Amino acid sequence: MNKPESISGGSTTRKSILANGKTLAQNRADMYNISKESGHYDGLKELKLKSSDPITYEKIFSKLRAGVVNARETAKKIAASPIVEQEGELCFTLYNTAGDCICTSTGIIIHVGTMGMCIKYMIENNWEEDPTVNPGDMFTNNDCQIGNVHPCDIATIVPIFHEGNLVAWVGGVTHVIDTGAAGPGSMSNGQVQRFGDGVQITCRKTGINDKPMRDWQHEVQRNVRTPKYWILDERTRIAGDHMIRDIVEEVIADVGVETFIQFSSEIIEDGRRGLVKRINDILIPGKYNTVAFVDVPYMHEDVHVPSPFAKVDTIMHAPCTITVKPEATWRLDFEGCSRWGWHTYNANPTAFTSGIWVMMTQTVVPTERINDGSLFASEFRLPKGTWTNPNDRRTAHADAWHFLVSSWSSLWRAVSRGYFSRGYLEEVNAGNSNPCNWMQGGGFNQEEEIHAVNSFETAACGTGACAMKDGLNHAAAIWNPEGDMGDCEIWELAEPLLYMGRAIKSNTGGYGKYRGGMGFETLRMVHNSADWCMFFMGNGYMNSDWGLHGGYPSATGYRFEAHNTGLHKRIAEGKSLPMGHDWNPDEPDYENHLEPGAEVKRDSQCITTEAIFENGDLYLNYLRGGPGFGDPLDRTIENIEKDLNDVVLLEEYAIKIYGAKFTKDAEGYYTVDADATLARQAEMRKERLSRGTPVKEWMKGERQNILDKKASVQVQQMFASSFELSQPFLDKFRAFWSLPSDWLVTEKELGVPAFGAKHHMDLSQMPDVKTVVLVEE
Amino acid sequence: MSTTYTKKQVAELIDGVLDWETVRRMLFMPKDPLRFAMYIEVLQERAKWEDKIVLPLAPHLYIVEDKNGDIVNKCDCGYVFGPYQENWKLNALIYVRDSVEKFNQVYPKLMSPDAEWQVYREYYCPECACQHDVEAPVPWYPVIHDFEPDIAEFYKWVGLKVPKGIAA
Repeated sequence: MNKPESISGGSTTRKSILANGKTLAQNRADMYNISKESGHYDGLKELKLKSSDPITYEKIFSKLRAGVVNARETAKKIAASPIVEQEGELCFTLYNTAGDCICTSTGIIIHVGTMGMCIKYMIENNWEEDPTVNPGDMFTNNDCQIGNVHPCDIATIVPIFHEGNLVAWVGGVTHVIDTGAAGPGSMSNGQVQRFGDGVQITCRKTGINDKPMRDWQHEVQRNVRTPKYWILDERTRIAGDHMIRDIVEEVIADVGVETFIQFSSEIIEDGRRGLVKRINDILIPGKYNTVAFVDVPYMHEDVHVPSPFAKVDTIMHAPCTITVKPEATWRLDFEGCSRWGWHTYNANPTAFTSGIWVMMTQTVVPTERINDGSLFASEFRLPKGTWTNPNDRRTAHADAWHFLVSSWSSLWRAVSRGYFSRGYLEEVNAGNSNPCNWMQGGGFNQEEEIHAVNSFETAACGTGACAMKDGLNHAAAIWNPEGDMGDCEIWELAEPLLYMGRAIKSNTGGYGKYRGGMGFETLRMVHNSADWCMFFMGNGYMNSDWGLHGGYPSATGYRFEAHNTGLHKRIAEGKSLPMGHDWNPDEPDYENHLEPGAEVKRDSQCITTEAIFENGDLYLNYLRGGPGFGDPLDRTIENIEKDLNDVVLLEEYAIKIYGAKFTKDAEGYYTVDADATLARQAEMRKERLSRGTPVKEWMKGERQNILDKKASVQVQQMFASSFELSQPFLDKFRAFWSLPSDWLVTEKELGVPAFGAKHHMDLSQMPDVKTVVLVEE
Repeated sequence: MSTTYTKKQVAELIDGVLDWETVRRMLFMPKDPLRFAMYIEVLQERAKWEDKIVLPLAPHLYIVEDKNGDIVNKCDCGYVFGPYQENWKLNALIYVRDSVEKFNQVYPKLMSPDAEWQVYREYYCPECACQHDVEAPVPWYPVIHDFEPDIAEFYKWVGLKVPKGIAA
């Protein structure tokens, strides 16, 4: 087992850019090693500044924190991309000289870690010597091999100097609309390797004297489909970085550089202590075992990939054991995960662990003081070779979120068990929704320009149910708690797609005593485009967001698209049109408002690659709901009635799930008969007893299924992949099912290609590359 | 610094009827260290049996200390799921939704999983039929032991006497 790195530092022939005379690498090594040895960040057993001068300490924090938040709010108005301007898909973070986060803005805070890793990579690979780090420099990074989540998140890093010495770094990141991948859209699929995943920039010096370099701008703009957005997004990042640099200069002028440097270490140790305190306050020590899955259905005819070895159905597997220790630190161990794959859903350790912090800041540590201190109170184990930590430099990552959000939902569910047991019911969340569909595509837009789209309506999915209230409808996504579905009018300006309707999606939240929040749906008609393609991206055959304590998972996704609709003719003739709700996909109605001969696709295939869409064609963007909490038979009669009257629950499922007996008056108002419903629920409980089987009896049958290898190829492939990477997982599996010690399923016997299983080449094998490792592998 | 709440407020929280302003305060302010003791007290008063609640696991499921001093998993209705260290699910009833027809009882066909990829496993109490949990794994997946609390350490955290039957 590889351990997190032990840092030895580097050497340089150039004069140090630090006041302490060390190289950047030696400086980081000293800080990192003393932190590990002492258990306190930078060896700070006491917070001297905080205890001796708390007012100054708080003043510095408030000014810096307000500065990064203000920079984000101001800078986002520079952006043209609605992803940034409407959805707030940007973030600014301040780092100390070692690349550890001091404080961060709101927004897509997963990049606290990714930009920090970019700085650490520059430090460890001696950027100070070549290409050199000077006042006024800018560095750009979006390389997924050194920590970025996916290529569309572009970071601009600016070093901050004081009297010739480096004192901090600031990073700004925006989610751009296109990176020039094989397919249009920021999170496209279809490409199966890095080499089609879009332009990737490795910590490149792209600006000097506070100005982006001309060669950089000429090169990169022609490598993407949407240069206008690219330019303005870069200006957004530069403006925010420079605003924060100004704030740091003001702070130093106010308190002196030594106090600032002292603060920049103490605040991180403070952050470490904050997590420990919060774990102690809110969780229960012990082991939380959880797991998540999501589908990769690539065998379908509407998924076109360039490589035959990628044309396989697979399943992401993410088991996790969270151990909360007696000293109130924790360890998250992902032993047993499935292998990385030939698709765009791979992650890397920094994306994975940083993303966990995005989630944790919404639950375990909902504080503005989140910084890299939390990392020093946590242990992560991400086995090398799994999708969380690929051992091959060819992997694609454009939609890493497909796997990431699916795996994190289970973590939220797990910690919620602790909250529930401890009585903090207000903190319980059954899990987050799987925030998708990602509606993407491109071609020529209404302005006759080459264009790409990625609708961020998915920033407002349903949230999971709480232990004392329902989840929120169309509210947020796990990766951006400030999520917003965006205005229809703005999206119509950005996309050649008219809104035919936008409505709450009934039955999408998981049922329960408290139900999950509902998702929503928008029906879009392609309009004023040319040479236009679109595709779907989300979960369909599986869902990743289980319920909690008897609540049901939320609904899975499905796909609706229609071609040759005749809608222009119907509009001209004043005929009815498909609008608003797709109430129940099993009883489709849109089709009643299309001309004969329309070609409709309605199925569970929620991942597709580029398909041609003509003007007048339809695309349903269905955004998912959240999972439920508690036995549905505990839901109050009043809430069942409200669901019916709010039209978030189809009549058929009010009957099937809740046993509701109701009447509907002439105006469509539902009244639930409490006595009759309770009587029906009593019958339903008897039906449960009658259909249930003792678990130990059922296990005998399931064991036989395993011995007979009776399961779909994709299920067996998932197990085979995990077994190959994890003897402990295989041992546990055999022990649970009492299987013979030589029982095994392998990819070879399944007859599916397993490129990458035996032969792979890691980034660390590249010449002159020193990778940065912060997790156990 | 923390905010304290009354037993009545904790009871209302459990019942899902606590006023939103107080819930917001609970969310925003530092946690109240007395919550666990108060929570247990409310639940104990509502229990239909004499066993002492050690740790709630789900709305109708608890780890309790019975009259013999044994620590077991127990349902609201009185059904005992076995020793607390063991996975209570192994002593439950299970119903597996693994076909279009079975899934269609809970969601429209296009809004439920494909049984070739995923199943729902519903765990019921064998006596009162309470649905204590729903798993949504792939077929073959071992029954998940969701939570193995370190009760001895937790009781130290909250300043309570560790029940005798809890292994150190």
